[in-house]
Amino acid sequence: MTSIPVDQDINREFDNSFDRIEGETPLVGGDSSLHRITETICGVAEARRAPKTWYVALAISLSLVGLLGAMVLYELFTGVGLWGNNNTVGWGFPIINFVFWVGIAHAGTMISAILLVFRQKWRTGINRFAEATTVFAVACAGLFPAIHVGRPWQAYWLIPYPNIMGDWPNFFSPLLWDACAVGTYATVSGLFWHTGMIPDLAAFRDRSTSRIRHTIYGILCLGWRGSARHWHIYERANMLLAVLCTGLVLGVSSTVSTDFAVGQIPGWHEAIFPPYFTCGALFSGFCTVLGLAIPARYLFGLKDFITNRHIDNLAKIALLFSSIMLYIYVIEFFIAYYSGSGYEQLPYLNRLFGPYWWLGWGILFFNGVFPQVFWFQWARTNPWICVAIGIFCNLGMWMERFVIIIISLHRDFLPSSWHMFFPTWVDFCTLAGSFGLFFTLFLLFCRFLPMVAMSEVKAVVPQGIPSHDIDGARPQLEGH
Amino acid sequence: MSENVMIVSNATGPELFGLMAEYPNVDSLLAAAKRVQTEGYTCWDCHTPFPVHGLDKVMKIKPTILPWLSLGGALTGVLIGLVLPLLVNGIAYPLNFSGKPYWGLPANVPVAFPLFILLGVLSTVVGFSLLCGLPKLYHPLFTVKRFKRATDDGLFLVIEAADPRFDVIRTRQLLESLGAVALDEVKD
Repeated sequence: MTSIPVDQDINREFDNSFDRIEGETPLVGGDSSLHRITETICGVAEARRAPKTWYVALAISLSLVGLLGAMVLYELFTGVGLWGNNNTVGWGFPIINFVFWVGIAHAGTMISAILLVFRQKWRTGINRFAEATTVFAVACAGLFPAIHVGRPWQAYWLIPYPNIMGDWPNFFSPLLWDACAVGTYATVSGLFWHTGMIPDLAAFRDRSTSRIRHTIYGILCLGWRGSARHWHIYERANMLLAVLCTGLVLGVSSTVSTDFAVGQIPGWHEAIFPPYFTCGALFSGFCTVLGLAIPARYLFGLKDFITNRHIDNLAKIALLFSSIMLYIYVIEFFIAYYSGSGYEQLPYLNRLFGPYWWLGWGILFFNGVFPQVFWFQWARTNPWICVAIGIFCNLGMWMERFVIIIISLHRDFLPSSWHMFFPTWVDFCTLAGSFGLFFTLFLLFCRFLPMVAMSEVKAVVPQGIPSHDIDGARPQLEGH
Repeated sequence: MSENVMIVSNATGPELFGLMAEYPNVDSLLAAAKRVQTEGYTCWDCHTPFPVHGLDKVMKIKPTILPWLSLGGALTGVLIGLVLPLLVNGIAYPLNFSGKPYWGLPANVPVAFPLFILLGVLSTVVGFSLLCGLPKLYHPLFTVKRFKRATDDGLFLVIEAADPRFDVIRTRQLLESLGAVALDEVKD
């Protein structure tokens, strides 16, 4: 086990990316005393100054948020004609970006919820962080349908509510399903995130030196005092939330996919869409967490908490979903061929040989082929390769949404209505602005909230586990 | 223990809330909790920075009713998701959407499912908050300086003065004999 080639830089102190033969593989590196865990995680938020990189990144992100605000206002005062959308391609960038951001949100819920349900202890280092990406990505996702409806001040008409006009939304319409799914997702992921943070916010409160911090964190943590009777309910609540969120992971992208599958456009009207979208969402989400976790662990000195094992596991899951995606791409082409319908085959021929051919080949390469390098351990332990795949796969997933939406729409049944789609500068600036919003929220989170779930990490280090059995108290050690 | 000479509270001072003992590790806390439980105390609690596995069994904490609250909320969500479209589109104002039936189960699943999750989660969160009595921004324990470590690395056991078996001297002796590294009187 000693001859595994690993990158020297990040493994100088600690490597747990392989299973030790003797004893248990530690989940936290270095000195894992309870106090040191608190010191390290709280230290990030308590330091008088953040790393210089943080300020630079925040400045860039904030300027992009400014750009986003300007673009949204420009659109509100002028109209959706500013975008590249036209009569043939009615769903342009806003819906591409919406599906893209909803997808990114999924990994956080998957890591927190599904891995909690399966009691995977290694998740404790990254779950908070991944949940944060969920909440922020849903915020970005929600923005796009709201501006795409054209009159955002009436977007609440999507929600069924009793009103004096006596009208109700069409319950058979995917537009209402979307409002239900995304509204639920935003509420639930926010609540799950906050509930998970309560004990750590209490730790921030107890260490705060200024009155303002003490008050704010004190209110946010609801006056948590670590009572065993509360822990008992808290753990049960977290498990219930996780189980419900697991259903949501499978439900939200499936609902989003019905926006397409319920339509009759070739390339959309497919039964494979719900699992296809869910896998794509999870794939892009895991790539995002991979791409964010590596810089964050360097920047804030969290190498002992977000360990090589985490990166390694994330890479393996990304590989799994990449392979499923490749399989689905192949199946889509096969079914189009097998259908024997020219209309059904046209969008697939257009993907590879039409005017947007480079996007069609791009998604096959970025999403299906490129991540296959994760079969090799040297790739999974090399931070540069991991970050590169994290970025390129997200690019690939964004291109996939473009391909699904634009290629199917721009050439449908009737050649006389065929029309190309060209995005405008406003489209690109709004997209860039949404990244700015995401990164601004993420950077603020890194600086002011507990980035790693301290109470959960403490429960899995040796000091937190009872050493002998008292009334069957010592739990089975799972998740290794 | 000698540095922690305790003055038994007089009637004039603030009322005694209870005794707070700190234990050095998880094992001694579990052992102490087991003993306190067998001694017959009822108004007592442990305060730890993380959920200590097995502590709820040792303390004989009754299983919480929270899952039933969640289930109730979730089922209400399903009911709303199925019945609201029936009332609105099916009965009150029937509309023909491309010849589809006025109400159909499959078409309502995408509405009923998110509502199942949404109300399930809301009732879980509200239930957690109510069952724990949170938010509660003040608690007598917050007046003890040492208690700040309950969210860091301190493992505490608190026996309240409200307990019928509470006796300042005997309870203190009990907590000390169980290996407490520090003992504080908590005033309200």
